[in-house]
This record gives sequence, structure tokens and C-alpha cells, in this order.
Amino acid sequence: MNSIHDMGGMTCFGAVKPEEDEPVFHGEWERRVLALTLATSVLFGPLDRRRHVLEQLSPLEYLSYSYYERWLARIEHLSKEAGVFTDEEFASGVVEPSEVVPNVPIDPDTMDSIIRQGDPSGRDSGRSEPCFAVGDRVSARNINPPGHTRLVRYVRGRVGVIHRLHGTHLFPDTTAHDKGENPQPLYSVRFDATELWGSLAPIKDSLFIDLWEDYLEAENG
Amino acid sequence: MAEKHQHDAPPSPYLEKRRTAAETEALEERVRRLENLLTEKGIVSKKTLDRVVSIYENDLGPLNGAKVVARAWVDEAYRQRLLADATKAIKELGFGGLQGEHMVVVENTATVHNIVACTLCSCYPWPVLGLPPTWYKNPPYRSRIAIDPRGVLVEFGLELDDSIEVRVWDSSAEIRYLVLPERPQGTEGFSEEELTALVTRDSMIGVARINSPS
Repeated sequence: MNSIHDMGGMTCFGAVKPEEDEPVFHGEWERRVLALTLATSVLFGPLDRRRHVLEQLSPLEYLSYSYYERWLARIEHLSKEAGVFTDEEFASGVVEPSEVVPNVPIDPDTMDSIIRQGDPSGRDSGRSEPCFAVGDRVSARNINPPGHTRLVRYVRGRVGVIHRLHGTHLFPDTTAHDKGENPQPLYSVRFDATELWGSLAPIKDSLFIDLWEDYLEAENG
Repeated sequence: MAEKHQHDAPPSPYLEKRRTAAETEALEERVRRLENLLTEKGIVSKKTLDRVVSIYENDLGPLNGAKVVARAWVDEAYRQRLLADATKAIKELGFGGLQGEHMVVVENTATVHNIVACTLCSCYPWPVLGLPPTWYKNPPYRSRIAIDPRGVLVEFGLELDDSIEVRVWDSSAEIRYLVLPERPQGTEGFSEEELTALVTRDSMIGVARINSPS
């Protein structure tokens, strides 16, 4: 989906303003939103599915919410979608009496080991024979997927060179929409700054981005 | 050149918005209610939430990355392993996990300067740098780092000579990038611990260099 989250190359947002000695969190509510996000992540499915929820915020919401406000909106959305609580419960903040046996929450040690061990996207299965080799010229396909994609707009139709192969990784575009992991080769592709931004860009500079095989086609000539 | 780049970055009034005290209070209340609902439904437990906060506030931060960098500076064999297979080499020092499952380290030299970003969201190597700073996640950095990295660096006080090659790494997949900064001049006799103390978060993102201690 072509929306505001795909902002690489825009120049309208002003200067970067680093905060001196910035704390990890700016308030207790940010701590809780981070923790709620991680503690509910197993329940709410693959990371790319959860990323897509943020991408579906309206552009006005996306830009006016702070980072953790977006994450808060996501937990609310996914909780409602999963039927964790009813609209009435969400509105009142009070849980209605129910016959349903309560869920057993993830315990601190299990959560701890999820954080320490991670959730790799690399796969031993799937398409393991890469179509492209280091040094090959490729172009990023000019496609506009309606759902979740990690193919940024600024490389579509542009020509780059395969810099390295990262192995086989689950494919976000299908994983996000419960259409299977579709594991396939993932490449680091190098694009000249002049190819992306025109002849006025510094001639030596370049941008490297990770692109799945389905995002690429061979470039001849 | 600096002048030109600054001209490229007009002010953006609507991103300067600050919440009023009442708005902040409403937000805090909204989070409290959500946490209560999810706790009562048995989805989360307070103890688990507290543990997550403690890990990201106390255990994981740029000190981990600094240890990796200092080790690479003093141990050439480690540096080689780090550049060849960063995930494995970082694991040797005990770091890894969520948002650092597949690591790549890129090395800054006298002629090449690397910068890490995530233009689509906020991907960042949590096990070695902790949670990202706000500027890394906000539109000004995410948008302009792709098209005008040299101009963004000027805003961090770093003006690169035209002879230096700039490489931007956009973290679009689950590969997480860490910059191995150049070891500063005048640190020849420094111990690994002394070197660790010199390494800054920003130098490992690539928006700063490490100053010579002299």
C-alpha cells in the first residue's frame, strides 16, 4: 500500500532534532505501551501483519501521533480484531462477567527467553536457489502491492547491483496477509545515489537496501 | 555545502506539536485502562510487563554495541569474524535476540562512511543499541536520510568531505545493521575498557564520528 509510512526521499519534514541525553522512555505510559506490545506479540501474529496495522492508519493520524501513540492504537485495534474484549468493555474499561475460562498470560521467564532468543526470519525451507549472484545488475520491479510490502517506492523501476545474499527469508507481502511465508532469497542491493535521486546527487554515494527475490528482475544492458 | 543542505530542510510546524497536560493525562488513562482490560482477560500479566520494561531500560543499550566495537578495535581476528558473520561474533559477547536475529556490521574507514536507517518504520538493532532514539523513528530522519544523508549529518554536526563515499543502509528486511566506527587517533595505549567508554550510540548508527580523546 502506497502510504505515508513509506517516506524515504521526502524532504518536507524539517530538520532532524536530536534530544540531548534522551531517556529510553518519556513517561510511564510509553513503558507500558512497549511492554504491552511485546507481551501481546505472540497472540497477534507475525511481525509484518502487525506492521501493516500501523501502515493502515490514515496519513493524518500517522503523522500527528507520536511513535508510542501509534503503537497504542495498534494494540487497541488488534485486541478488538482478535475479540479479546467487546466494544462495550473497551468503552467502559470494565470486564463483563463471563463463563469463558480466562487465558493464561505469558510468564516473565518465557517473555525473557523470547527477547533473548528472538524470532529469526531466516528459513531452511522454501526457494533456496538464488536467481541472482553478487555483481548482477537487477531492477526493482515497478509494482504497487495493495497490501503490506517492504518494497519502498523510491527504488521501484531503478537499477542496482546485487551486493550480497542474505539467505532465504520469509516474504513479508504474503506473511502479513496469512498467505504463507513463501520463503525466498533476500539480497542486499546497492543503488547509486544518482540512479535514485538524479544527476545532482553526489556521484560516489550509494544506498543499500534489502530486497526479496520477488521484488527483483534481471536487468540486461 | 552546509548552507545548501540546511536550505533543503524547511521547518515543519505540525511536527513540533506538544501535548497539553490534559492530553497527556488522557493518554495515560487510556493506557491504564487498556492494561487493566488485558490483565483481567489474562492476556498479559503485570509481572511480565515489568520484566520487559526492566530489560529495555536496564539491560539492553548502546553499552553492548560499544563492547563489540572496542573488541573489534583491539582484536583483529575478532574484527574479521565480526565483518564476516556479525550475528555469530556478537553472540560471542553474549548479545543477540529480538531485533538482532540477523546482524550485519559495516565498517567506517578514512574513505567510506556508513549510516543506518529504516525509512519504512523504525528497525534498529535492539540487542546491541537498545531501543532507538525518537529522532531515528521520526519523519525528518526517516525521509531525508535516503535522499540527503550529507545534509542530515550536518544537522548532527558532522560535515563530510566530498572525497568520502557515503553509504546509507535502509533496513527494509529483518537484517539489522551496526556501524563499526573508526578508532580515534590518540588511543593507541588504551585498554579495551577505556575504548568501550569512548564509543557513542550515534557513532554506531553512523551519524557521528568518535572524537579523539586528546
